[in-house]
Formats: sequence, C-alpha cells, structure tokens
Amino acid sequence: MAMQFKQVEHGLYTLDVTGYVCPHPQLYTKKVMEKLHSGDKLELVFDNPSSAESISAMCTNEGNPVLDQKRDGAKFIFTIQKA
Amino acid sequence: MDAIVTGTLTEPKSTDCCSESKPIVQTVPRKNIMWVYIIVGFFGLVSIATYAMHEYYLYLSAYLWFGFIYGMCLQYGRFCFASAFRDLFAVGVPRMVVGIMIATVLFSITSSLVAATGWSTFHAAPWSVHAVIAGIIFGVGMVFAGGCASGSLYKAGEGNGVSMLVILSISVTQAAFVDVGGWANKLVPKSWAEAALTKGLPSSINVSDGWVDQYLAGYVWEQPVITFAKLLGLDDHSLVGALYANTFVGVFLPAVLLLIIVYIFWSRKRYVMDLKTNEGRSAGLADHVRGFWSMIISSKRTAIAGLFLGIACGLQMFVIEGLRMKFGVKNAGTILQRIGFDYGISAKGTVFDPGYWYVTTQEAQWVGWVAQKLGFNNMDNIYFGWVNGIPSPAINPADWMSVALIGGAAVMALMNNEFKWKKPTKELAIWALIGGALMGIGSRLALGCNVGAFFVRTANGDVSGWSFGLGMIGGAFIGVKFFNWYTERKMAKEMANIDFDL
Repeated sequence: MAMQFKQVEHGLYTLDVTGYVCPHPQLYTKKVMEKLHSGDKLELVFDNPSSAESISAMCTNEGNPVLDQKRDGAKFIFTIQKA
Repeated sequence: MDAIVTGTLTEPKSTDCCSESKPIVQTVPRKNIMWVYIIVGFFGLVSIATYAMHEYYLYLSAYLWFGFIYGMCLQYGRFCFASAFRDLFAVGVPRMVVGIMIATVLFSITSSLVAATGWSTFHAAPWSVHAVIAGIIFGVGMVFAGGCASGSLYKAGEGNGVSMLVILSISVTQAAFVDVGGWANKLVPKSWAEAALTKGLPSSINVSDGWVDQYLAGYVWEQPVITFAKLLGLDDHSLVGALYANTFVGVFLPAVLLLIIVYIFWSRKRYVMDLKTNEGRSAGLADHVRGFWSMIISSKRTAIAGLFLGIACGLQMFVIEGLRMKFGVKNAGTILQRIGFDYGISAKGTVFDPGYWYVTTQEAQWVGWVAQKLGFNNMDNIYFGWVNGIPSPAINPADWMSVALIGGAAVMALMNNEFKWKKPTKELAIWALIGGALMGIGSRLALGCNVGAFFVRTANGDVSGWSFGLGMIGGAFIGVKFFNWYTERKMAKEMANIDFDL
C-alpha cells in the first residue's frame, strides 16, 4: 500500500505507512512533524517493528510527546503531539 | 482475531532526554506459540537426528544454535547496523550506534580472551583503501535496502518480504560478481593481472579470466595485514596483545571517542535544553557525564541484545575451535568429506568455515551451487573454486547458521506478536534489489559485510574493520541524503492539497 497522509479535522492528521520498511516510516514521520503546528496531533500507523523504537526515540529527542501507543495485531498506532 | 491492547505512555522525564517508552502490553495468540514450538522442535530434531547419524554433525549443529541465538538477539534488540548511522543522520536517533558499540566492545573482550588461549578462529584481513571504498558502496546499499546483511536476515524472520528480496539480491549479485570475466577483464589494471599470475594457483583456477580473481590475487593479497597489537609491537595471541592492544586501544578507546562525538552532536542539545527548562540552570561537566550515560542506557532492548550478541560471538569462536581440535580438522571441508559429501569442495579441500558469525559468503554459495547445477562452471574462480567451495546448502555449516538465524528471529517475533507476512510493494522491491546488489558488490570487495568485514574484524583488533566502518558511515550519509530528497518530494505531493493553517 502506498503512503497516505490525510487531515482528519483541524489539528488532527493521519499518516499511514503500513507495508513500509526502514527508514521510510521514520523519515515520513519526521517530515510530517516538521510541517505541523504546535499542539497538532498525528495518528501514525505502521507495521515495521524496528521503526517503533526509532520513532519513539526521535519524538523524545525532539520533545514531541507520544500520547498513546496501540497495537492491532502486527500494526502499531502511535498518537504524537507536536510540542 | 488479535486483541487490541492499549498502553498510554508517560511523557519524558525532565532531564531524562532519552527516556524509553513503556512497552506495549500484548497478548500472544496461541497460534504463535504453536509455531514457536514447531520451529524450535524442527531445529532440535535436525540436531538430534544428524547426531544419531554421525558425531561430526555436532560441528554443523554448533553453527546452527549460535545462528539461532543471533537471530533472537537481533530481533529482540531490532539490531541492525544499517539503522545505526542512518537513523542518526536521518532522524537524530543514536540508540543503535550505542548498541553496536556495546556489542563490539563485549565481543572484543570475549574474543581477546579466546585469542589469548590460542583458540581463536579469527584471521585478520589485508588492509588498504579498498576497505573504505567497499564500505561506502555497502553503506549506500544498506540504506537503500532498508537493512544491512544481518538485519535483512532477522527481518526475513519477521516475515518481511522486502528483506527476503534483499537477501536474494545480495546472494545473486555476489555469485555473479565473483565470476564476471570476459569484457570485465579489460577493466583490470595490468599490474594486477601480472601479480595474479605469480601466485602459483592450480590450473583448475583460471586466474586470468575474472575481474574479482585478479582483484584478489593481484591486489588484495599484496596488501599488509595490520592489527593494533602488531602496530604496538605485540603478539595478537598474547594476553597483553589481545586485551590491551586489540581490545582497549583498538576497540574501547575508538568506541568511547565515537560515542562522545555522537553525544556532542546529537544528544547533548536536548539534554541541556531539558535541564534549563526544568532546573533553570546550564549544564556542567557532571551533567554532561550523566547525559552521556543516559544516552548509553536509553534503549535497554538494544543494549541487552548487544550484550548477549557480544558474548555469544566470542563463545562461538571458542566452541568451533574446540570442535576442530576434538575432530582433528582445520576446516569443515574435511568433516564433509569424512561423512561422505565431496561435492563442491574447493581445490584445496576446503569449504567456507569462518569459525565465527558471518553472513554473505554462504548467501553467495547457495546461488553458486544452484548455478552449477544449472550447468554453469563457476569452480574456476578463486572465490568458489580455491577458497570457499559450493557445497550443497543442506550440509553447509554457514548456511545452517543463517537459516537458524532466520528461525531464531521468527521465534522472537512470534513471541512478541510481531511476525507478519509482508508482501513487498513495487517501490520497495526496486529499492531492495538495488540496495541488495550494492551490498553484494561491497561485500565481495571488502571480503565481508557489516558482520564479517566490520563487526568481527573491529572486535578482533583488525585495522581494516574500522576502515570498512568509516566507509559504511560515509555510505550511510550519502544514502540518507538521497532518501531525504526522495521523501521530501513524495511528501510534497501528498501534502499539496492540505492547508495546515485551516
């Protein structure tokens, strides 16, 4: 499946990078977070396990809190807020 | 159907710039547990049944179970050499550089102790600028492919189709590259061609026909073999030479230096910022020491994996050398012949048998074996015909290690509910094939990959290990620059109709 980025409502976006391997999920996430305004939220969906560690660490380093992490089978769903 | 279990994360602690997220609690489906038993049972049965046939199979089983341990460690720690500098350059995450340095230092300690007992299976490689060039090619390839040689193996164990394509591409490229002659001979410098002819190789090896043959015999074999112990005038197999020169000077000091550089350029800023926000003061030396330490322990999973990998790698050398002594052999080729397999043995009676963790040569071998079964004559080149052979993958010790590595990774992925069959998209398949091909070429130019040419050599005090590593870092940087541009373009198209101010 191709990468999909959508605006759900004001201040809330989704990025689906299911099927992508490293480094695509972390790179796409970084690019999106750079575009968002402070307080905006991103729901990120991916299924590459090693990206989970990298994305969590990237968010922590950049001060963007990961508000929630879910698992749906092998899928990871992160909610990240732009600081 | 899998249950969805939710876990909420705590926010990062004030001065803990790299605090780790809480793990997501998962229920593991019963089907996964059944597959874990099937995989472990299969490998156990192979070991027991072959041992019942002949004691010599213990040698192959030793490779198998070390491969299994490597697979479990790699998957648990998401341990991928590609991500080390790629994630650092691309998204500023240092966790994998830290994990790899921990593993290298620990492996160096265990391998130095083994070397001091005289039981080491390690042989240093010739050193020159070729290691750096090979590292650059390999580094670009691993970023494009989405994983290094060992990382692609463990990700294949997670059911990742892209990684399976990467393995196929590395395997085919290597097998073809080592046998390319004809037009490629015109690209060989005259001095290499002349020097290659003086090496006294048997008539079955056609050293004049093949770019890699003349590169190896005419150039690489002419280069000096340098270890840190030799540089300091010490013996590699003495306790002082191994532990002081090869481990402390050759691994520990460069690793600490590298990590300090990583802290200064990638971790320090966040740590200092948090300190200022939360405690209203600037950072002193003691704070930086604490910041450095918090970077080291930032990813426990990776650090734990590095710890076990380092110890297991040293132990494998000890066990394989012990088995060689027990059976009175110097190479698995003798063992294979004693148990009745003489197909694909090299002209000097050997097969590829590193005695430690290795990834790429056994991948070239299985394709070489298939090619010969299809009628190609590839036993007239140095790589297959003189050094490594092309035994059947079914009795190739190094292949047993790689297959078990995939199995070990699958077991760990199943236990964490992270196994998923993933079909590659066209876009990722193209990157996998290009990246795999570059890694295949880089591996053969360096005589190894991120494991054989970097991890094992560096840990054993071989200067060429760091040379390959420097090249790999440069290659990762180039690869990241390219992917940044590529991602930016794709993202711009996707965001074209979105107004972020609305």
